[in-house]
Amino acid sequence: MLSEVKVSTIINISKEIRKSILDMALSAGSSSSHFGGSLSNVEIIATIFSIMKKYKMNDKNYYKRDRFILSKGHGCLAYYAALAHFNFFSKKELKSFEKNDSFLLGHPVINRKLGIEFSNGSLGMGLSLGIGVAFAGKIKKNDYEVYVLMGDGECNEGSVWEALMAAPHYNLNNLTAIIDRNNYQQTGSGEEIMSLGNLKQKTISFGWETKELNGHDVPSLLNCLTKKNQSKKPRMIIANTIKGKGFSFSENNNSWHHAIMTKSQYDLALKELDK
Amino acid sequence: MKNLHFKLDEKNSKIYSRIGSRATFGLIALDLAKKIDNLMILTSDVSTSAGLDRYRKSFPDKYLEVGIAEQNLIGIAAGLASENFNVFTTTFAPFQTMRCCEQIKVNLGYMKQKVCLVGLASGLVLGPLGYTHCCVEDLSIMRSIPNMAVISPADCGETAKTIYASLLYKDSVYIRLTGGSNSDIIYTKDYEFVIGRNDIIKEGDQATIISNGAILSESLKASYLLDKKGISTRVVNMHTIKPLDVDNIKKIAKTSKLIITVEEHNIIGGLGSAVAECLSTLNSSPPQLFIGIPDSYKKSGEYEYLKREYKLTSELIFRQIGEKYEQLGQV
Repeated sequence: MLSEVKVSTIINISKEIRKSILDMALSAGSSSSHFGGSLSNVEIIATIFSIMKKYKMNDKNYYKRDRFILSKGHGCLAYYAALAHFNFFSKKELKSFEKNDSFLLGHPVINRKLGIEFSNGSLGMGLSLGIGVAFAGKIKKNDYEVYVLMGDGECNEGSVWEALMAAPHYNLNNLTAIIDRNNYQQTGSGEEIMSLGNLKQKTISFGWETKELNGHDVPSLLNCLTKKNQSKKPRMIIANTIKGKGFSFSENNNSWHHAIMTKSQYDLALKELDK
Repeated sequence: MKNLHFKLDEKNSKIYSRIGSRATFGLIALDLAKKIDNLMILTSDVSTSAGLDRYRKSFPDKYLEVGIAEQNLIGIAAGLASENFNVFTTTFAPFQTMRCCEQIKVNLGYMKQKVCLVGLASGLVLGPLGYTHCCVEDLSIMRSIPNMAVISPADCGETAKTIYASLLYKDSVYIRLTGGSNSDIIYTKDYEFVIGRNDIIKEGDQATIISNGAILSESLKASYLLDKKGISTRVVNMHTIKPLDVDNIKKIAKTSKLIITVEEHNIIGGLGSAVAECLSTLNSSPPQLFIGIPDSYKKSGEYEYLKREYKLTSELIFRQIGEKYEQLGQV
């Protein structure tokens, strides 16, 4: 049974993450930020971070931590906000997003001290890394979980399908891939740019243990992610989401894929967040 | 692992040269699996070509078949490396370097996950299969990626030395294997092999040939012909193209009237370019003759045929150098 408290905690964390995303988007100013694709994965990241085993690098149990890989590296606003929320670094650091010499660039740069597992941003590479890490866990009999958050746009990359083929082949049931299915990519809808068809059927036919759910519904996410994977196969979650989720001006508005936030938009968004 | 050392002797140098560089890799892998923990060798459906059949059967838990999917190969390798595995990947050189070039850049270069890449049958040795399988571009591409060392061993003994040294090296390493079976032997006894330090294998005080890989033996033979002609020729094994042994090149520049680079690679971006980048920083340096593939895909064919076509046999190297040397005084 899921505790209601936990669901409400995650909902609150999601709200905090959205607030931090607004702050970063505003402070990024003219260098702009990947706003829409960060907002679609807020609940997914909030839920994973709430349930995963988290250890800092100087902790003796560090090697036991669950590994989270943000394959869709441009969705890093939500990732950085979650890392700050869980005290991997201070929230003040978020202000340095995309600033000169910052460790928080527009795509994650590996920094294990700060909880950033890998550098990502070139699309279609994260799942392969996840397979390597999951494989290492199997060989060393270290029972951490590996979570890879992917975008639906990056599924245009052939490398994604190489990895989709491999993970079930190796029976990596310690690996969970989540596809943030927001149906948009940089210059249009997925249907216009390159249709992916039925991702659920495709991944099932590749051998994944696939579930489809609403990627903004915390109880569904929590229920799915906390269930022990009884199968030999890796888990795939197709999370149907809304790009730009949370704010009237950005939801399903692809001009917020990578955009500059004005102060008036920021103020409006804050009001909507508090509703 | 720090005590890892490979000792070369006359016997093993002969065995390795007979079986060729690829099978040498497979034999060395068997040794390494017994000596070090956390070894993982990943291939893209080339275990036989890489001489890894015995390894695959003997150490199934230290071997991972990734299928014909080189991008995934590098990603998985980097994931394993990040969990402290000592990782080798291998496939034919074009697929090992170019098919997954950006994965190498991001995972090994940018992210500094250490993986040793073994490019099989590089250069022209697979000529009968055509230029999809020949590889005359890898040095140039791999050496432009930061945090990546690039090595082209001169013979099979040096291939063994390189594999051992790469494991201990701080960065990722691209190991370019050239030549076929029954390949020429340069080293018959043990010597000190250091990544980034070149090796003068023959002294001479007029011309200097800088070469590496299997084609070094043709260069060495050419140097004896030049000596006979009265052009005393030094031969340098520049097995490491990156990091380049800049100090030694500077010394060579001071004591040579002509520098010749000989490579089984496009003359754009490879060994010749690396040497020229160094020479061009000097106030004065001798002229350089670039011998290699002249930025083209000619008709293909057998290895020996292609070496003749590209003027990479000892006799043709000798002639080109002789002509160039004679022109020196005429300027």
